[in-house]
Amino acid sequence: MKLLTHNMLTSHVKGVTKGYPLLIKATEVKVSEVEFNPNFVSRMIPKLEWSALVQAADGLGHLQDLPAELVTDYEKNEEFLRKVHRVLLEVEVLEGCLQCPESGREFPISRGVPNMLLNEDEA
Amino acid sequence: MAIHCSRTCLQYLIHLAHDNVDFRLPRGTATLLISPSPEMILNLNVTVNCNDLFVVICLSPRSAFELWGHGRTHSELRTSLLKYPTENMSPFLQKDSTYKINVYTFNKTLEFEDRIKKIDAMEYLSFEGRVNLKNPKHIFCLLEDYGTDPNNIPDEPLYIYFGRWIADGQRELIRSHSVKNRHFIGNTSMDAGLSFIMANHARVKAHDLVYDPFVGTGSLLVACSHFGAYVCGTDIDYNTIHGIGKASRKNQKWRGPDENIRANLRQYGSEKLYVDVLVSDASKPIWRDGMLFDAIITDPPYGIRESTRRTGSQKDSVKPPEDYHVPVSMAYHLSDIFTDLLNFSAHHLVIGGRLVYWLPIYRPEYCEEMVPLNACLRLVSNCEQTLSSHTSRRLITMEKIKEPEETDALAHLSDPHFSPYQGHNAFREKYFSGISKRTLTGKEETNKMAANGGE
Repeated sequence: MKLLTHNMLTSHVKGVTKGYPLLIKATEVKVSEVEFNPNFVSRMIPKLEWSALVQAADGLGHLQDLPAELVTDYEKNEEFLRKVHRVLLEVEVLEGCLQCPESGREFPISRGVPNMLLNEDEA
Repeated sequence: MAIHCSRTCLQYLIHLAHDNVDFRLPRGTATLLISPSPEMILNLNVTVNCNDLFVVICLSPRSAFELWGHGRTHSELRTSLLKYPTENMSPFLQKDSTYKINVYTFNKTLEFEDRIKKIDAMEYLSFEGRVNLKNPKHIFCLLEDYGTDPNNIPDEPLYIYFGRWIADGQRELIRSHSVKNRHFIGNTSMDAGLSFIMANHARVKAHDLVYDPFVGTGSLLVACSHFGAYVCGTDIDYNTIHGIGKASRKNQKWRGPDENIRANLRQYGSEKLYVDVLVSDASKPIWRDGMLFDAIITDPPYGIRESTRRTGSQKDSVKPPEDYHVPVSMAYHLSDIFTDLLNFSAHHLVIGGRLVYWLPIYRPEYCEEMVPLNACLRLVSNCEQTLSSHTSRRLITMEKIKEPEETDALAHLSDPHFSPYQGHNAFREKYFSGISKRTLTGKEETNKMAANGGE
């Protein structure tokens, strides 16, 4: 699971109102090289919850020099876009789980794929 | 065959590949004239850059030609060609340029000598340049149409066209992406040609983010990645997403280690465009507000070859892998699938973003009112592909025109479109009843239909 996806996911356990962001408990993380595409990164930035992204990257120990606040005028700032690219697309959680911040319910991640299915009584 | 001739604008001939012939594509700025043979003649209102022609009609045509003349016989063709304005011809017939003439025949194979004879017969056109067969500057084509019946091929062509070749459609794309060679397939993987057509309808382009909520083996995502879009998908089936379990290939029992969606993208060099796939129920909201996709492209299950399910409260017979609890599924009524899909798209598409999906149809009862609507989405096109005598599926394209408001959620209940679509829940029953219907007596048939209609 990439951090771009994590930034968009929310808990949908019945009755939960503050299901975002999900907490990441990772047992295996991988960093791979993915071709940098400044256009795509620029387009994604406005859709992101920046603090959730920083928190997630930090939790995995991969924050490095990503700024805590979103930089203004990022479109032309290649250095900044590269940092965002690394965090969004190159850091992957292979094994672990996502935890609902309100109910504590865990969604397992195996082989990089999160399983968001709820049981019949939780849906 | 009716042909509309306009003296003021250039005419273009689009040679369609023979498959998907009934599949009418949405109209762009051109007016389409339907003819019984695979060729279609487009009247264009303006002279366009030939690459623009392919925005909508990118795959089905075999090639596109600038039409110079046509006729039922070679002498009619000659008359027509001599009438074509010389100022339109001369830029391509210059002394210092190179050219070659190709002969294409539809529904007949010509011997080499016959092709040469036909080319020589074109000498009345003033070609001043030199012939270069390997790398000519201009290519001209003589197209002969010998009808559509392979068992009854006439000696002389039924119709002949002559034109200047502009561009080739991307048939090679379909060959190289054929599902036959794909690493990972399923029983209902979308064939390569149709996947690309769907991506075209959705106007998928580079740097887009595309989502498939019923992703299966990812065939649609593979096509989208070809256009440079980043892709993600979800599916309720754990085994399919993880690429484990029984194989769909004829001589193979179980899936191998390289069979999953990511591997498919890797096969085509698009792994960098892979975002994620997740195991999830499309009817449940796992994405937060503000998650906006550029396009949503999907082929929802019809309940025939793959079951329709969602998590709920009935007994399920799927055998779970050890570390995985299988939530019990209940029948996901077809009309709910589409209502949910449209509602999801209204919330999670960018303005101008498109939803493209297949809608299964029971043909005897189909009417346009059955196509699901949503206040935030505009219906762009509705194209039919016949599956059997009584069923077909329709490729529906919708575009988001506004953000959803509180009141929209309840609006569809009072919408007259809502009730005719209820009959759709019985699609699965009707699909199978078509076969047994023939053996029923008139009275039994009426009773059965009444029972289905009450669902």
